Amino acid sequence: MADEFGVLSAPLIIEYPFTRTTGPVIGAFLTGLREQLLLGIRAADGRVIVPPTEYDSATGEDLTELVEVGPGGVVDTWAWVRHPMPKHPLHQPFAWALVRPDGADVGFLQAVAAGSIDAMATGMRVRPRWAAEREGSIHDLECWVPDP
Amino acid sequence: MAEIILPPALEGVELVRSVRTPARMEYTYTAGVATTRFLRGLADGRILGERAPGGKVYVPSRGADPQLGVPTTEQVDLPHTGTLVSFCIVNVAFYGQGMEIPYTSGLILLDGSDLPLMHLIQECPVEAVHIGMRVEAVWVDEADLGPTLESIRYFRPNGEPDAPVAQPGAGVTW
Repeated sequence: MADEFGVLSAPLIIEYPFTRTTGPVIGAFLTGLREQLLLGIRAADGRVIVPPTEYDSATGEDLTELVEVGPGGVVDTWAWVRHPMPKHPLHQPFAWALVRPDGADVGFLQAVAAGSIDAMATGMRVRPRWAAEREGSIHDLECWVPDP
Repeated sequence: MAEIILPPALEGVELVRSVRTPARMEYTYTAGVATTRFLRGLADGRILGERAPGGKVYVPSRGADPQLGVPTTEQVDLPHTGTLVSFCIVNVAFYGQGMEIPYTSGLILLDGSDLPLMHLIQECPVEAVHIGMRVEAVWVDEADLGPTLESIRYFRPNGEPDAPVAQPGAGVTW
């Protein structure tokens, strides 16, 4: 390809095929997604953190008790995306939201397919939409949808 | 790490142990005017360098002399022969390689130029590759020539006696 001055340009794609080990805690979380279950982990002070962390953020001790949360959740805060980027999980306008699953004490960043900004509200109820084919990855949880 | 406790719903289920996290970046590479001249030369079966006012010939030229900070002014048709000044034998397979290992990647100082080109060294067992080896370019068929360094398939020994080997930096005048 050449521009108006005849200067050449061409696509240049750089790709690295990384594989990483998950460890037992994230591995359990991803296993849960494959089985359409959301897992959090119980912190030292009794709160439930999702996605689960390996260590308690306050005390640093190992966390071990995985607990089922959801499937429904609440939108704690959100931002509307008018023009999705190619790598975004949805190709129509959507919301990035902190979704706090029922039974969890913190929210995590997720896409909400609300259709329109007018359908979004802080405190709204949402439920997960699972991918048809799941392989134990974060993409198994495709997005969340309003749950009136 | 302590044993984890799974909820009953996951008991007996095979656990995920690893996850693929490929990274991909998509760029548009713009060659710039000087490198465009070099690439168009390749499409014509020529290797074009550019001479700076100080006398040095760069290939491929970026359009300026990094030593003097001035534009390169004169185009130079370089011969398709040169001397291997450094090389690396690749014994490790990697994603996207497209080559059978082991193979040799070399820096070839074309006759009359002052900047080596990197390219493949073929038609020579890897054990026989050595610094000072005289090589020549092997081109693709004329119909397949294009504005890409892939117009040269590789370099191969041309049978001439070895060139004298200089230490890196020898003859540098600044």
